[in-house]
Order: sequence, then structure tokens, then C-alpha cells
Amino acid sequence: MSDRIIFEDVSKFYGEVLGVNRISLSIPPGITTLVGPNGAGKTTIMNLMTGLVQPSNGHISVLGLSPADQLELFSILGYCTQFDFFPRGLTGWQFILDSLMLHGMEKDLAEDLAAQAIDRVQLGDAAGRKIAGYSKGMRQKIRLAQAIAHHPRVLVLDEPLNGLDPMARAESISLFQELGRQGMHVLISSHILDEVDRISDRVILITGGYLIAEGNIHQVRKEVHEKPMQVLIRCDHPEVLASRMFAINHCVEARLHADGKGVFLRTADIDQFYSMLNRIAAEGLVKIDAVAPADDDANAIYQYLIGTDGSPS
Amino acid sequence: MTRTQLADRAKNLVQQPWGLWSMQAQRLTRIELRRNLFSWRAAWIYGLAFIPTLIIFIHLVVDTHPSFAMSEDTNILAGIVQLYYIRLGVFFGCLGIFSRLIRGEMIERSLHFYLLSPVRREVLLLAKFAAGSISAVSLFASAIVADFALMYAGFGAAGRDYIFNGPGMGQLEAYLLIVVLACLGYGAVFLLLSMMFGNPTPAAMLALGWETINPVLPSLLQKISVASYLRHLMPVSVSSDGIFALLTVETEPVSGWAAAAGLLALIAIVLTYSCYRIRKLEIRYSTE
Repeated sequence: MSDRIIFEDVSKFYGEVLGVNRISLSIPPGITTLVGPNGAGKTTIMNLMTGLVQPSNGHISVLGLSPADQLELFSILGYCTQFDFFPRGLTGWQFILDSLMLHGMEKDLAEDLAAQAIDRVQLGDAAGRKIAGYSKGMRQKIRLAQAIAHHPRVLVLDEPLNGLDPMARAESISLFQELGRQGMHVLISSHILDEVDRISDRVILITGGYLIAEGNIHQVRKEVHEKPMQVLIRCDHPEVLASRMFAINHCVEARLHADGKGVFLRTADIDQFYSMLNRIAAEGLVKIDAVAPADDDANAIYQYLIGTDGSPS
Repeated sequence: MTRTQLADRAKNLVQQPWGLWSMQAQRLTRIELRRNLFSWRAAWIYGLAFIPTLIIFIHLVVDTHPSFAMSEDTNILAGIVQLYYIRLGVFFGCLGIFSRLIRGEMIERSLHFYLLSPVRREVLLLAKFAAGSISAVSLFASAIVADFALMYAGFGAAGRDYIFNGPGMGQLEAYLLIVVLACLGYGAVFLLLSMMFGNPTPAAMLALGWETINPVLPSLLQKISVASYLRHLMPVSVSSDGIFALLTVETEPVSGWAAAAGLLALIAIVLTYSCYRIRKLEIRYSTE
């Protein structure tokens, strides 16, 4: 069985409206985040890989299984959708238990797994209450519990941090990271770019139904050649460092840090830049305290590749 | 149990699909019955089923029951079954029950939970159909039995003799068969209509119109009608004079077993097409 989620030239049209166009992906285990503005096609990709919608063209395989193989696929996949609705009249406990029983489990096993899942999302006593009385955050948690209860190998999470308070958000992120470390495929869609940075092994940038970039955040950033990379250097004489860098022609922009103890430098050739920086440090002109990429994150990549209006720049 | 053990367990279950499907169908049927049969939203269907029972009860309490009136009451009961239950009660009751099974869940945006479980969509559809059928048959068969019992209760010993030593019990069995087939037939049709149309009610009204004009259609088209098959199973023929002529069905004579088999074949065809539709069903709640 393949260990990848594969999209081969997949397109989806809703009538004449484009969902996604000619998407090809090969997603390895770990945490992968789908990033894009509203209407970019993130949910369509998730719905396509779970068979909730069918592709107009192309082929999809999830660890070697077709989305049409419901029996096998949903034994290894859990999907926490963004639809904030539940079957009527159920308590959180009944909701998880009903879902597990549909896997053909005996009641004892289903109850054990339901208790584990509820414990894992820290819903506690609220599980015995009707879902209709839950807060948005609790509903998000119970959906997450349902998605992970059967110990899937692939977890698909559509905007899983929406509605969660900061504490619950931190707990959820830690849970995703733990699942990712266990070798699961965790596919998350999110527009909270700071959190994307914290949790993702790789990102998929998508807008208007088109795939813009995919891969490790740092690799993707390196590929954006037309936007020189920005580096923050903490040092004792930032103005000296900036002038020296300009002199050897490796900078296109310099900006002093607000506290005067650092400088943001932009360079078109990051490898050469670091080698020059080493030379300057060795010369003893400036004492360098710290060096860190300043725009090597999901937010910067999003701004450079998609922009604020959602169209590829 | 670890993830690997659970995966192995799931793999074993998949290798014996009939056992798994049966287990899943039972579970889904139970979930659906909990929602259909025991919910306040279903209260109007209880009303629909038991309105004639209430009227017959009032007739039992208020009117006298001389034994010569028994044949008139037998005709009235046959009229209630054919004109009320088959044409209105079961028709609209099944519309309420079966159109909610799939379309109702799409409107409430909860259908995806079932489509994201390891259940074949055909099993889901058939389990929902079974649950709807159990709900509808339980309600309307209970109502028919109650109607029947109350209708003859006022006649005392003569009534009991008519039921247990006369044609009464055979008539009751025929009415129950008619109600079961009506629930299955209309249920299958409304389940399909609910998947084909965002609002199945206009289509159901067309179906009601179709059922009404069916007797005047060519014999081939008469076969695409639930009521026309049921007409042949009626143990007591209903007078089709005056206004009742619009509601009673006059079709080519067919034997009882052929009518039942014909209707079951129609149900099988409709359910097969429904299975095809649900396999192609996409979840796009925003368009609902």
C-alpha cells in the first residue's frame, strides 16, 4: 500500500464554476497545511479526497485507496469537516458511539474508543450533554473527537482551530503535532498563518482553484526568486553592517530595527549573503548576536504568492 | 487497542462484507427509528394515521349498531382504506417520513457524517428505507387494526362472529397487506424524489395527480402506479359513483398475487435507481 495521498491532474467544476483546476499533489506522512483565501479550493480538495464530491477529471488515491472504496477508506481516514451541524437530538457521547458502531465494532470496544477520544480532546463531562447545547468550541472538539476516535492513519481537518479559545487552540495544535510525529497524515486547512508556521511540515498554497506552490515552507520561500529574502541581524553596529553589505553589493534593501539594535537586510542571493556575513563578522567590524530569516514563514509566502486580495501575485 | 490492531480488525470485517453490511444496516435502522418514530416532528403523521380511528371511535360511542348495519360499516371501512389511507393518509405520511430520510439530512447538513463512515452508500440508503418502512407500517398498520376493531366492536357477538368465523379476518389481512405495500411503494417513490429534487413536495403533488388520472391512461402506463396495483388487492370493492369516482381506481382486472408481485417489482426498480443516485450524490450543502 502506498504511503502517499496522490492527486493526479484533478479538476472539479461545479457546473460552470471552477472548484479546483488540474491539481497534482503527492502528500507524504506528517502535517500538511492547505493555505489559501476563502473560496480558494481548500475544502474542495478535502471533499474530493473523501468522496463527498467527485472529480470532473483526474484520479485521486489515499494510501492506495480510491475515495469510492468507502469501506476501506473510512476505516483508515477521519474527516473533521467545517460543517457545524450534527444529527439531531444526540449527546456528544451518543454521537461518537454511533459513529464507532458503524465501523462494525462491538459495543465494549466502541465505548472504550469513544471514552479515549473524548478524553483526548478534553471534553470531559460535557460528553453526556446534548450537542445542541454546546458552545462553538465544544462542537469543534466533539467533531475532532469523532474524527480521531477510530485511530485513523489519515486525518483531514477543515479549519479545525475555528471557534477555539487560546487554551483549546494550543491543546489542539499539540494533539496534531503528536499525531504527525506518530507518522499519520494530517491534512489541515487553515487561514491562521502563524499557526500554520508552528504546526506544518509542509504547506500547499492554493488560490482561485489553482495550486500555487507546495513543499516545506523554507523550500517554497527559496523558490520565490523575484522576492529577495529578508534577514534580521542583531548586532552592535547595524548601520555599519548595512553599509558594508551595500558596498559589496549583496543587498537590495536595508531597514533598521525599531530598537536600533538590529537591521533587516534583503538579498537576492541568500547563500552568498551568509558567506559575506561570515567574512564581515570575522573582520571584527561588528559583533553579531543573532541572525534569523525575517520573511521565511507562511505569512510572508502567502503575501508574496497570493497577496492580500487572494489573487496570485 | 492499537491503530494496527484496529486496522487489522477492519480489514477482517471488510473480507466478510455481508456480515458487516448487516450489522451496519441494523445500527443505521435503529438510529433512524429513534429519529423517525419517537420525535415530536413526527406528531402530525400520528395524527394523519389516527384521524379515522378517532372518527370511528366517536361513531362507536355515539351511534347504535344494529346487526343489519354491519355490511354498510364494512363498505365504509373499505372506503376509508381505499379513499383515505391509500390516497391521502399513507401517501402524505410516507411523503413526510421518506422525504426526510436523505433530503431532511441534507437540509439539516448532517448527511455527511454517514457518508464519511465506512458504510457502503447502498447499505445506508436501504437501511434508511427499512427504517422509514418500519415507521410507516407500524403507524398505519396499527391505525388500520384499531379502525377495524372499533368498527366491529359495537356489534357485540355478531361483530366477533363476523371477524373470527366470517370474512372479517381475511379482510383485515388484506387491508394490512395493502397498507404494507402502500408504505413500501410510496416510500420508495418519495425516497427517490427526495434525492432528485431539492423540494420533493411539488413532485409528490405531480405523483398524486398521476395516481388520480392513472385509471384513464393506457394499460402500460397504469403499471407505473402504486394505487393501481393496490386496487386489485382490495377485499371489498368500493362504489365508484359520484364524487368517489374521482378517487377510486378502475383498472384492468389482475390477480392479487400478480398485483403484489408487480408492485414489488416496481419498488425494486425504484430502489435500484435510488442506489445509483446515492452513489453519485455529492455533498454541497450551500446549494441546498
